[in-house]
Amino acid sequence: MSAPDNRPIALATRNLSKAFGSLPVARDIEIDLPVGARYALIGPNGAGKTTLINLMTGMVAPNAGQILLGGEDITALGPQERVRRGLARTFQINTLFAGLNALEAVTLAVAERRGLSREFWSGIGSHGEAIDEAYEILRKLRLGESCYQVTRELPYGRQRLLEIALALATRPKVLLLDEPAAGVPPEESGDIFEAVASLSDDLTLLFIEHDMHVVFRFASHIIVLVGGAIFTEGSPAEIAADPGVREVYLGKRKHG
Amino acid sequence: MTSKTAALTPQAYLQAQSRWHPLEIAFWLATLLPFFLFPSYLSLASQIAITALFALSLDIILGYAGIVSLGHAAFFGIGAYSAGLISKFGWGEPLTGLVLSAAIAGIVGYAVSFIISRFRHFTLIMITLGLGLLAFEAANRAHWLTGGSDGLQGMSMWPVLGLFRFDLYGYTAYTYSLVVLFVVFLGARRLINSPFGLALRGIRENWVRMPAIGADSRAHIRKAFTIAAAIAGLAGALLAQTTENVSLESISFQRSADVLVMLVLGGAGRLYGGLVGAVIFMVARDQFSGIAPQYWYFWIGVLLVTVVMLLPNGILGGLSHAYARWRQNERA
Repeated sequence: MSAPDNRPIALATRNLSKAFGSLPVARDIEIDLPVGARYALIGPNGAGKTTLINLMTGMVAPNAGQILLGGEDITALGPQERVRRGLARTFQINTLFAGLNALEAVTLAVAERRGLSREFWSGIGSHGEAIDEAYEILRKLRLGESCYQVTRELPYGRQRLLEIALALATRPKVLLLDEPAAGVPPEESGDIFEAVASLSDDLTLLFIEHDMHVVFRFASHIIVLVGGAIFTEGSPAEIAADPGVREVYLGKRKHG
Repeated sequence: MTSKTAALTPQAYLQAQSRWHPLEIAFWLATLLPFFLFPSYLSLASQIAITALFALSLDIILGYAGIVSLGHAAFFGIGAYSAGLISKFGWGEPLTGLVLSAAIAGIVGYAVSFIISRFRHFTLIMITLGLGLLAFEAANRAHWLTGGSDGLQGMSMWPVLGLFRFDLYGYTAYTYSLVVLFVVFLGARRLINSPFGLALRGIRENWVRMPAIGADSRAHIRKAFTIAAAIAGLAGALLAQTTENVSLESISFQRSADVLVMLVLGGAGRLYGGLVGAVIFMVARDQFSGIAPQYWYFWIGVLLVTVVMLLPNGILGGLSHAYARWRQNERA
């Protein structure tokens, strides 16, 4: 089940550490994401999962350690520079352009990647290639029908898909998904992961998810984070059989 | 969504967004009415056109990019004093004076934009307020240059294009201001409908998401602020040239606050919001000050509170909402 080890590493962290005041939220995190990986990041609330994504994407600066994208040290780069090099993310809480419609929002992201957004003398409608590319992304995520609807009026599940569409518009090599199906009813969350799984095989994915059924169904490898440190990692079968994981995470969830 | 829009290709849809609406043409034709209907009010009409241009400049940063400024009159004032001084020191040619004044305001705006692009919300309001007050006091203190509270006197403008003298009735003034307003409006319209304009709306809609799609918001804000400052300077220069004097009022906090009120009245984030707001504000001021010269601002306050409470997106926002509902009822 786990990804072949001979694949090159798309994203890695080395001794990544961060503390908010005296509270450590990331402790010596070492992760290797091979190209094309489908990794899940799980752990109880407050384990530091979102913080880890924030560290990787440059939204939070680490106290120590390194982040390597395709072998290159990107620790000193700002968030937008990391995006341009192929590291994208989505947000657990919708972080969308509420007043733009889906087509405008994704076209904006495509235009930024293509360097069109400096253009202030040509109409946005004249950039057919960028628009077609944006529409194609929306269509793939089954948002083609609702692409003229203002984001804030889209059904919640579609807003979650738009989160992913915006990230895809940056044409990422590595995509970090922070609970892509958060707040979506269980019967719909499968659709969102279905859409994610259908993305290109070359795309490297790391996703945070609480629903164990979904995790076991879509992940090839699972990393368990507890108290800001990697508790254990392995294939879904290994994680499911690990009594320690049951205790800190699975067991705990059953009780509440 | 109507079947009509669903049938459009995405590109055709986005192209249609920037197409001229018949109401826009009607609006610009209506700006010619003062020549025929109110020939004795052409000076007021000229001031309205200038104020509308100023409001348009604020709309680019506030309405589109969501950058609040309480000190926008600084650039209006810089443009006005620049135009005044250029004329006073011997160069009375209007068009070159205008371009030069706008450039000076733009350069100052560019320098300031490095501060502006780093802050948001309340901090930004305080910074722009502070910078506006600073500009005012600088103009006040530099009496030797600006005339301080006495105003800048001794301007002498040459005829526009060497042909049209500025007359007492404001015929040339209004024509000149209106043409400049229209030309700048065409530019602003292009800018708003461009990929850059879309990026500005992105900044307004979600400042946090922008870096996550690889956008350099600060660079966008610097550019937009510089453009807005230059247009504000252009408006200030127009006022100086058409009235042949510059008062301290042109760089005051009051002017910054007034333009904000106009934009909110008309509807921020709509190209015509500032223009409509300026017309309403200036006509209201003219009428109210006729009724009660001392207290005319009382009525502006009433108007502002009423509009903000009833029409959160301004008068144009309310009208377009009503129009959309009427269209819906028509179809049903």
